[in-house]
Amino acid sequence: MSALGGGGGALRNASTALAISSTESFAGTPSCHTKRVRRPPGSFYWLHAVTPAPPLDTTTLKQLVFVSDYAESMIPPEIGPPKSSSQSPRSPSGAPFLSISVTDPVKLGNGVQAYISYRVITKTNLPEFQGPEKIVIRRYSDFVWLHDKLADKYKGIFIPPLPEKSAVEKFRFSAEFIEMRRQALDIFVNRIASHPELKQSEDLKTFLEEDEEAMERIRSFETGIFKKPADLLQMFKDVQTKVTDVVLGKEKPVEETDPEYEKLKHYIFGLEDHLTETQKQAVRLVKRHRELGQSLSEFGKAIKLLGACEGDSLGKVFAELGSKSELLSIKLQKEAHNLLMNFEEPLKDYVRCVQSIKDSFSHRANAFRLHCELTETTKLKEINLEKLNLMRSDKTREAEIEYRELKAESEEATRRFETIIKRMNEEIVRFQEQKTAEMGLAFHLFAKGQAKLANDIADAWRSVLTKIEAYSLSSGHD
Amino acid sequence: MMGPEIASGFDSPPEREEMESLALSDASASAYRSAMSSIPASISASSDGDPLLAPPPTLHFPISSSASGHGGNPATSTASSFLDPPSYADVVFSPFNSHNGHGGCGSGADNGSLLRSDSSPRSARAAKSDYIKISVSNPHKEQETANSLVPGGGTYFTYLITTRMRSGFASNGDGESEPVEFGVRRRFRDVVTLSDRLAEAYRGFFIPPRPDKSVVESQVLQKNEFVEQRRSALEKYLWRLAEHPVIGKSDEFRVFLQAKGKLPLPTTTDVASRMLDGAVRLPKQLFGEGAAAQVVPQEVVQPAKGGRDLLRIFKELKQAVTNEWGGVKPLLVEEDKEFLEKKEKMQDLEQQLSSASQQAEVLVNGQQSIGETMGEIGLAFIKLTKFETEEAVYSSQRIRAADTKNVATAAVKASRLYRELNAQTVKHLDTLHEHLGLMLAVNSAFSERTSALLTVQTLMSDLTTLNTRVDKLEAASSKIFGGDRSRLHKIEELRETIRVTEDAKGCAIREYERIKENNRNELNRLDQERKDDFLSMLKGFVINQVAYSEKLANVWATVAEDTSTYVRGNS
Repeated sequence: MSALGGGGGALRNASTALAISSTESFAGTPSCHTKRVRRPPGSFYWLHAVTPAPPLDTTTLKQLVFVSDYAESMIPPEIGPPKSSSQSPRSPSGAPFLSISVTDPVKLGNGVQAYISYRVITKTNLPEFQGPEKIVIRRYSDFVWLHDKLADKYKGIFIPPLPEKSAVEKFRFSAEFIEMRRQALDIFVNRIASHPELKQSEDLKTFLEEDEEAMERIRSFETGIFKKPADLLQMFKDVQTKVTDVVLGKEKPVEETDPEYEKLKHYIFGLEDHLTETQKQAVRLVKRHRELGQSLSEFGKAIKLLGACEGDSLGKVFAELGSKSELLSIKLQKEAHNLLMNFEEPLKDYVRCVQSIKDSFSHRANAFRLHCELTETTKLKEINLEKLNLMRSDKTREAEIEYRELKAESEEATRRFETIIKRMNEEIVRFQEQKTAEMGLAFHLFAKGQAKLANDIADAWRSVLTKIEAYSLSSGHD
Repeated sequence: MMGPEIASGFDSPPEREEMESLALSDASASAYRSAMSSIPASISASSDGDPLLAPPPTLHFPISSSASGHGGNPATSTASSFLDPPSYADVVFSPFNSHNGHGGCGSGADNGSLLRSDSSPRSARAAKSDYIKISVSNPHKEQETANSLVPGGGTYFTYLITTRMRSGFASNGDGESEPVEFGVRRRFRDVVTLSDRLAEAYRGFFIPPRPDKSVVESQVLQKNEFVEQRRSALEKYLWRLAEHPVIGKSDEFRVFLQAKGKLPLPTTTDVASRMLDGAVRLPKQLFGEGAAAQVVPQEVVQPAKGGRDLLRIFKELKQAVTNEWGGVKPLLVEEDKEFLEKKEKMQDLEQQLSSASQQAEVLVNGQQSIGETMGEIGLAFIKLTKFETEEAVYSSQRIRAADTKNVATAAVKASRLYRELNAQTVKHLDTLHEHLGLMLAVNSAFSERTSALLTVQTLMSDLTTLNTRVDKLEAASSKIFGGDRSRLHKIEELRETIRVTEDAKGCAIREYERIKENNRNELNRLDQERKDDFLSMLKGFVINQVAYSEKLANVWATVAEDTSTYVRGNS
C-alpha cells in the first residue's frame, strides 16, 4: 500500500497501471465481492485489500494489548450477573483493581424536568486515581456523555452500549425500569473499566472523579460549543458528499470489499436479526409468566369460593388448592421478574452490543472513505507537482508544501483507518468471548429460575395432594 | 396436543356443544381418548411449517417414553398409560411410575369404544349401570325421502349407536350370562325426540342436557368436523343418560337404544300408566265447563305447552301474576324449607361453578400460551444456534452455539411438557364445565316443580271460585221456594265440575309431590356425585401438576447444571 502510494514521479504511469491491474484482478477474483467498485472515468480509488490479521487467540491478544497484570484479572470479563453491582474488589491487596458500582437511584426534580440520579462508587488502587474510594452523583445524560466521548475518541472499539432511553413516558419512573437501567448502567461503566484501552481514558476518570459542578461545566462546555456544531457540520458534509456523488454520477461511495470484512458484516447483521427475534420472544415469555400468575391467582380465588359451597372437609381441600394457587401466583410473578432481569435484559444487551458493533462499521467506512479520498487527492497533487517541476514553474514551491501537508494528512488518515481495523479485529474476539460468558450466565440463571419455579409448583401441589389423600381416607372415598 | 379446536373453544363464549366436544373431564381414559380423537387432525393442519411446534400426529407423545425412560413397554401403550389419568384407586404418590405397570389395562380400550374399566367414581357409577359400552360411530349421510324440494337440502346424518349391556337387564334378556349387543341407526332428530320424551316423563329429575342443535355450527364448520363434533357430543350425552340411575333404566332410553328401524317412542306410555292411580278426566276443566269429554288424562300433570292449550297458559300465567303481585297468599305455597335452602345453595353453587370454570379456562389459556411461547423461544434459539454454527470463526462462538442449543432443546422439551400438562389440565378441569352443564338440568327440574305447583295453585283457586259460585247459587235458589230449576241444574253442573276439578287437583298434587320427591332424591344423588367428581378432579389436577412440574424441573435443572461453570466464583 504505502509502497504503491509513495512511488516517485518516474513511477507515475507504472504505479497507475499497477493500481488498475491490482484493482481489476482483485475485483475479478471469484470471491465474495458483493459490492464491486466501479471506477468512474477520470478518477480512481485505491481499493484497499484489507486483510485482517488472522483470528487472534486470547494469548496473542493479551500480548498485543495488555500491558499490566491487571488486565489478566479482567479476563474473562467481569460483566454479567446483576449481583456484580455490589461486588467487592477482587484483589484486596496488591494487584491493581478498578471496580465501580452504580447504586441508589433517586428521583430528582418534578414533572418533565424529573430525572433519576445514581450514586457512582469507584474503588480502586490505581495510582492514576485520586484515592481508593470516590463517590459521585451522576445522571443518565452523564453516562451518555461518557459514551459519546469514548465513541468519538476510540473509533473501532466496540463501545459498551447504554440502555436505551425510555420511549414510554409512563414507564420512566417505574421501579422496574429504574432497576433495569441501574443494572445496565452498572454493566456499562464496568465494561469500560475492564476494557484494556477504554479504562485508560481521561474521560472515564473525569466521569468517575469530578464533582457534580465540574462535570456539569465540562459537559455544557463541550456540548454547547463544540460538539453539536461539529456534528452538524459533519452531517452537512455527509449529505453534501452524497449529493455530489449522485450528481457526478458516482454510483456509490467507496466501500471495502475485503471478504473477511464482508463476512463479519454479514454475520453481525444476521446476528442482530436473530437476537432481536429471540429477545422479542423473551419479552413475551416474561409477559406469559405474569399472565399465568395472574390467572392462577384468580383461579385460586374462584376455587376457594366454589369450595365454600361444598362446605365440609372437601371444601377445605378446595380452600387448600385455592391458597396454593395464590401462592404459586406469587412465585410466577417472581420468576417473571427474574426472567426479565437475568434473561431478557442480557439478550437485549446482546442486541445493543451488536448495534454498537454496527456503529463501528460506519466509523470504519468513514475512515476508509477519507483514506481513499486523501490518497487519491495526494496522487493528483503529486502528478501536478511533477508537472510543475518539469515546467520549472514558480508555483512549484507552493505546490510542494501543499503536497507535503496533504501527504501527511493522507498518511494520518491511513493510519487511523488501519488502527480501526486493528482494533476491530481485537474487539471481535473480545466480544465473542464476553458474550459466550454472558449468555452462558444468562442461560444458567434462566434454567435455574425455571427449575426452581417448577420445583416450587411441584412442592405446592404435592402438599395439596397429601390433604386430598387424607380427605379420601377420612371420607371413605376410593 | 391442545388443538386449536380447544383454543377456539375457549376463546369464544363457551357454548354447550363446544364444551361438550372438549369432552375432557371425563375421568375415563377411553372417553377422553375418543373425545380427543377429533383433535389431532386439526392440530396438524394448524401447525404446518413449524416442525418444532407441531405435535406428533397422535396423542402418544414420544417424549413421555423417552424422557422418563420407562423401559420395556411398547411406546404406544406406555404413552397411553402416561396420558391416561392414573386410576384413582391405585394412585400412589408418583403416579406415572406406578402406573406403568398398568400400561396394558388401558390399551384394550384403544378401539375408541367407551369401555369403562378404570375405577374413577364416574366409571364406578357406570359399572353400577347396566351398560358396558355405548358408542356412537359411523356417521352416514342420507337423503330425506319426503319433501326434499330443495336439492341437497334434504340430507341428514345418521349415526350407528352400538350398545352392549349386561344381559340380565336387557329387555329381551332371558337369563343368559353373555352380554347382549344392540346396534341401531339414529339421526339427531331422534335424539331430540328422546330428550323431549324424557323431559315429559321424568319431571323433577336432573336429566342430563342434550347437545345443542347448533344450527350455526352446522353452517360454519366443515361438514366432517361438525359431524365428528356432534358424534362425540352424542356419545357423551348417551353415556350420561345411561349413568343416570333412573333414566338409564327407562323404557324410553331402552327403546331408543334397541328398537330396530325408525324410532317409535310414541306418546309417553309411562305417564299414562302412572296416571292410572288417579285416573280422572282432567285438565280441560281448567278452562271451564262442558269440555271435559275429550281430555287426555295425563295432560294436567304436564306443564302447559305453547299452542296446544293457550287458555291454560293464560290461566296459569294469571295465577303466577297473582302470586307475584297480588299480595294474596296462594292457597298452597312452597313450604319445604329444606328445599328452599337447597335451592338457594344450588344457585350459589351455579354461580361459583360458572366463575370457577371461567377462571379455569383462563388458566388453561395461560398455560397454553406459556407453552407456546416457550416453544417459540426454543425455535428462535435453534435458529440462532444454526446461524452461529454456520458463521463461527472463533471457538468461543462454537461454545456459545453449543450452550444455546442446550437451552433451545430444553425450551422445546418444556414447551411439549406444557402442552401435555395443559391437555390433562383441560381434561380434569372440565369437570367444572360438566357440572355447570348439569346445573341446567337442575334448574329445569326445579322449574318443573314450580310449574307443577302452579298447576295445583290454579286448580285450587278455581275450586274456590267454583265453590263460591255454588254457594251463591244455593243461597239464591234457597230464597225461592221449591227451587229454581235452572239454578239447581246449574248447581248440579258446577258440582260435577268441582268433582272433576277436585280429582284433577288431587292428581296435580300427587304429581307435584312426585316431582318434589324426585327433586330431593336427585339432589342427594347429585351432591354425592359432585363430591366424587370434584375429588377426582382435584386429585387428577394436582397429580398432573406435580408430575409435569417435576419433569419440567428436571429438564431445566440439567441445563442449569451444564451452565453452572459460568457463574463467577464457581469456576
